[in-house]
Amino acid sequence: MAELIKSSDIGFLKEQARKIRIAILKMLTEAGSGHTGGSLSSADVVAALYFYKMKHMPDEPKWELRDRFILSKGHAAPLLYAALALTGYFDVSLLNTLRKFNSPLQGHPSSKLLQGVEVSTGSLGQGLSISNGMALGLKLSNSNSRVYCLLGDGEIQEGQVWEAAMTASHYSLDNVCAIVDLNDLQIDGRCSDVMKIDPVAKKWAAFGWHVFEIDGHKMEEIVEALDSAERIKIKPSVILAKTIKGKGVSIFENKVEYHGITPTAEELKIALKELGEDGQ
Amino acid sequence: MGSRTQEVSEKTDKKNFSGIAMATRDAYGEALAELGKTNDDIVVLDADLSGSTKTRKFSQLFPKRFFNIGISEQDMAGTAGGLSLTGKIPFASTFAIFETGRAWEQIRQTVCYSNLNVKLVATHGGLTVGEDGASHQSLEDLALMRVLPNMTVIVPADGFETKQVIDTVAEYKGPVYVRLGRSKVPPVMPADYIFKIGKAHVFNAGTDVTLIANGIMVSAALEARDILKDKGIDAGVINMSTIKPLDTEALLEAASKTRLIVTAEEHSIIGGLGGAVAEFLSENHPVKVMRIGVRDSFGCSGKPSELLKFFGLTSDDIVKIVVNSL
Repeated sequence: MAELIKSSDIGFLKEQARKIRIAILKMLTEAGSGHTGGSLSSADVVAALYFYKMKHMPDEPKWELRDRFILSKGHAAPLLYAALALTGYFDVSLLNTLRKFNSPLQGHPSSKLLQGVEVSTGSLGQGLSISNGMALGLKLSNSNSRVYCLLGDGEIQEGQVWEAAMTASHYSLDNVCAIVDLNDLQIDGRCSDVMKIDPVAKKWAAFGWHVFEIDGHKMEEIVEALDSAERIKIKPSVILAKTIKGKGVSIFENKVEYHGITPTAEELKIALKELGEDGQ
Repeated sequence: MGSRTQEVSEKTDKKNFSGIAMATRDAYGEALAELGKTNDDIVVLDADLSGSTKTRKFSQLFPKRFFNIGISEQDMAGTAGGLSLTGKIPFASTFAIFETGRAWEQIRQTVCYSNLNVKLVATHGGLTVGEDGASHQSLEDLALMRVLPNMTVIVPADGFETKQVIDTVAEYKGPVYVRLGRSKVPPVMPADYIFKIGKAHVFNAGTDVTLIANGIMVSAALEARDILKDKGIDAGVINMSTIKPLDTEALLEAASKTRLIVTAEEHSIIGGLGGAVAEFLSENHPVKVMRIGVRDSFGCSGKPSELLKFFGLTSDDIVKIVVNSL
């Protein structure tokens, strides 16, 4: 397996995010069902994690010293699968089996079936508790590994998220970094219409977290926030990443209906063209 | 309790609780504290009930390995899952109704689906919670846990068995639910008893009826056996402490020897031991099965003994159902 190249170079990371988006769109079109919008919105953050920030070894998924990534918003499974494939956990061709019978690429991630998935997710609101447990365990074992947990903004309507927010703060879990994908859309509409989550930053701060507010598509800001979060001691950190659902493909951007539907063959063509992937 | 109890209690062993009357939750607290001394990977979580669940002793001996998660059972289940993913062996405790009811979906999605090595040890199962009333009396927990893939479900009968169950599940890899009680129970298991997951204990085989019980109902079944003997009815008694996986061999043996099976549990007759036994036998060896348990209702406040009598969970109730069903 080719060695994983990681870099903080912004151009490099942007290119990885572009590749992730292309992989997401292709696999979702092939699958014919799945979550397009929320996979695209977090692509930049996940590119920065897998191609820069996280210590991990694709050919040794259980490497003890690795940092952990928990996809609490499990419906963005295509995003996780793209990152795992492109960093070398498995062959890229496997992405074409997404959501198909007998595929390890389940509709929502299953840790029992796919290397690199730390824990099964899909039911919203549970990932931060799991991340805290890992962080407690890592501290007990005197490990320096960090735990990154990606949540959706609609997801933080789940009460368990705030139970976990208290726990991380109470136990001073500075090895936990939560990232909330603030794309302002959930299945039934705008978060502000379905169930208001604002003021998000004040809420996390009030729960004892160090809060970073960034543009979740500006790679410089993502890298800077991930680096800074590592230096915060005693408190857990949360990166509130303002994003656009469906980011990268103009026909999907900011459209609530693209939460749970996939591109048609025609839409894929347009999308790939926009992403500079002509003739595919 | 009857002469049988005295028989057992002549051989007491304070270290492993054989022959000692005690609440199973007390045996848990002691077993956990002992385990903590020999296994550094044991960690314990509680949801603000450590004094009642008896995890407090562990928390005092090993404060760094004890995590009070506060009154948030869902978060506790998930946090326990995370700890297990770093190689720790988490025991998470609270009252049975909150452990299994409040956090059921977390147990399903996080613990069971990923097959995590989490030990859910709940206390205050059943009616014998007593005065706190229906809100705190879990009569559904076994059904809720039994339905989950990958889950092992155990209900020990006395302090001696509890100690062995806790030691055993600490070694076993995978999700386990252990249901314990609040009130003191008489010792029932013989001094040479060795607990194994999925292995029932046959006190004696009968020729007329087999009484299959677990938890506090084992002692009631043993009493009923003695009363039935005086009536000329030969009853076998089995402690089916593991509800899942069921000891199907013991069940087939019992069903082939006696024409009636009576289950007895401190739980709803729906979905627990009675349900499990009836499901298995109806498919594999149909024989009449009668169930002693709470009949699709909530509990209420009262002394444990009053409640057991009111809801029909005494040795007399077992005798009655046997006599009427044979």
